[in-house]
Amino acid sequence: MKEKTYVEDIDRSLYDFRNEDKDAFRLEGGLSEEIVRQISKEKNDTDWMLDLRLKSLKIFNETPFPQWGPAIDGLNMDNIVTYVRPKDNKMTADWKDVPTEIKDTFEKLGIPQAERESLAGVGAQYDSELVYHNIKKEVAEAGVIYTDLESAIHGEYGDMIREHFMKLVPPTDHKFAALHGAVWSGGSFVYVPKGVKVEIPLQSYFRLNAPGAGQFEHTLIIVDEGADLHFIEGCSAPKYNVANLHAGCVELFVGKNAKLRYSTIENWSKNMYNLNTKRALVEDGGTIQWISGSFGSHVSYLYPTSVLQGDGARSEFTGVTFSGAGQDLDTGCKVIHNGPNTTSYVNTRSISKSGGGNTFRSSVNINPKAKNSKSSISCASLMLDSESRSDTIPAMDIRTKDADVGHEAKIGSISDETVFYLMSRGLSEEDARALIVSGFADNVSKELPLEYAIEMNNLIRLEMKGTIG
Amino acid sequence: MANKILEVKDVKARVEDNEILHGLNLTINEGETHVIMGPNGAGKSTLGNVLMGNPKYEKISGQIFFNGEDITEAGTDEIAKKGMFLSFQNPIEVPGITLSNFIRNAYQNRNGGRIRLWDFRKDLENSMKLLSMDPSYANRDLNVGFSGGEKKKAEILQLLMLKPNLAILDETDSGLDVDAVKTVSEGIKAYKEKVGGALIIITHSTRILESLDVDYTHILVDGKIVKSGDATLVDEINREGFEKYITK
Repeated sequence: MKEKTYVEDIDRSLYDFRNEDKDAFRLEGGLSEEIVRQISKEKNDTDWMLDLRLKSLKIFNETPFPQWGPAIDGLNMDNIVTYVRPKDNKMTADWKDVPTEIKDTFEKLGIPQAERESLAGVGAQYDSELVYHNIKKEVAEAGVIYTDLESAIHGEYGDMIREHFMKLVPPTDHKFAALHGAVWSGGSFVYVPKGVKVEIPLQSYFRLNAPGAGQFEHTLIIVDEGADLHFIEGCSAPKYNVANLHAGCVELFVGKNAKLRYSTIENWSKNMYNLNTKRALVEDGGTIQWISGSFGSHVSYLYPTSVLQGDGARSEFTGVTFSGAGQDLDTGCKVIHNGPNTTSYVNTRSISKSGGGNTFRSSVNINPKAKNSKSSISCASLMLDSESRSDTIPAMDIRTKDADVGHEAKIGSISDETVFYLMSRGLSEEDARALIVSGFADNVSKELPLEYAIEMNNLIRLEMKGTIG
Repeated sequence: MANKILEVKDVKARVEDNEILHGLNLTINEGETHVIMGPNGAGKSTLGNVLMGNPKYEKISGQIFFNGEDITEAGTDEIAKKGMFLSFQNPIEVPGITLSNFIRNAYQNRNGGRIRLWDFRKDLENSMKLLSMDPSYANRDLNVGFSGGEKKKAEILQLLMLKPNLAILDETDSGLDVDAVKTVSEGIKAYKEKVGGALIIITHSTRILESLDVDYTHILVDGKIVKSGDATLVDEINREGFEKYITK
């Protein structure tokens, strides 16, 4: 008999980066008011922002760590202090210092040159400015604002930002939202005026180029009445970070009859704690579409949330999570139906292998005023071996009598018969398995622009490398 | 003298603990058409799987030579690349890749090098026309939601496109209506004419054979070939069944 087939984990250690100078920056103890004030000064914050940072710090210190999800005790708070120390430009390495293996990995993944450089934080400034101006030229004439959040606060949209910033995700939300409020840095501000339909997707990775900006970046997007936008968050390459915590925040405001599609492919390095908070508020007749692919990180807590506030608001969530050795990814989504005639649709897939853990966690609340609302949730899991884990935790809280709610969960493995079929046409076992997994994840890849879909399939291929028969 | 394309020497094979092939011998020369008939459970489909190297079927003893090379221990993908093809009795649905992309991918895998997109499309279009397949199937996910008949046609389409030098057709005619059998049979005929490859046709019925020239017929009973003959053996089976070959 042939040996049982194992799917081996790829060696992700190539993404790890040792900063020899790390100790030189380490500060004693936790996050202090002094550090927060220093950041604020460095950022040239407005007074209200400094107040928000200090208030957030207080909440952070008073709030306990979450106890209900994957273990986060490996989280090194000293690193966070190290990270948030202003002027800590050594955090990101020179592109020429990036180990050859990592460069090779980028080659294999087909990551665009501009993004590769932005990952190392060098040369990206030039490249990103260039790209930024191109985008600006395309959409600026229509009145679309796409800029970095820090400078926008001081500009003509300052009041608009103050009105929306951390209103959807208040610092009181959870410990890491508070941390974010205290130390946030970098990120994007997008405003799409009434009735403007942006034809080409806006892509964020060109903007995450400030040293370490990928760690606590804040994305604020306001799509006004009847407008239409597709925003792509580019965490698409293996991020290469010293600090091992990512606590970003995304706040999306979708106006009346407006539509926003928010796509993300995340592939953090495998020492990363990804504790990101994403939330959208949707007005009458508006639509939010989340497209989400989670590949990397050691631990993830990620539940994009849609608050369907207006009559007829709609949320669509399409996600895939791939978890390998040493990974515990707790992902899913939340929908809060507040308005009548609201609809939510959730379609997720999870893939686990080599002892990786996946938890799909969803929560749907249909509140008393949300008459005639609908929610449909479907999640499927693919287990590539018997040592991996996949859990489904769907929660529903329905407070109306006429809600139409459905939940469907499926779990399966790759059938030997399918592998044999594909191999009988000349595909190697590895290619056959990668093809099956890509096919399983096609709910997401079908929704992505072609180059991102290709990149995602390359990621799957890379994860499936080392398959032995 | 014709060249041997396949030589099966005294092969015994099992699935889990059940031995199904009990010493099977078979020799096929280039371009020949062989028919394998036999009662249910005789090991007909097992033979196809064993030849194609399905890891679920364990070879206990014996040897298989393909184009003079020993492929007894070869992997399925290697065997496919050497030019063997198995048309599945129950083709598998594979979401995420279109029929057209799959065939192109497989073609490039087997033959190495790239095929010109224009040539490929033209070839695919013509082959689909021959099989009365709606062109839209080319852009649908492989076998996903295809009817039984369309799945079988898609197998023959792959046969025509991949141009193997030995094709095993495992009950390609089962579950097809009269018209579909005729169409599939036309496809097989086209393969013989254009590619000139050898064929092993595993079948229960004889409808699919009507428009084909059969060189040899083998009766497979209880994991062994108990009788070989020419095309007239097919008629004999049609008249008399397998009864006289089954030893109780």
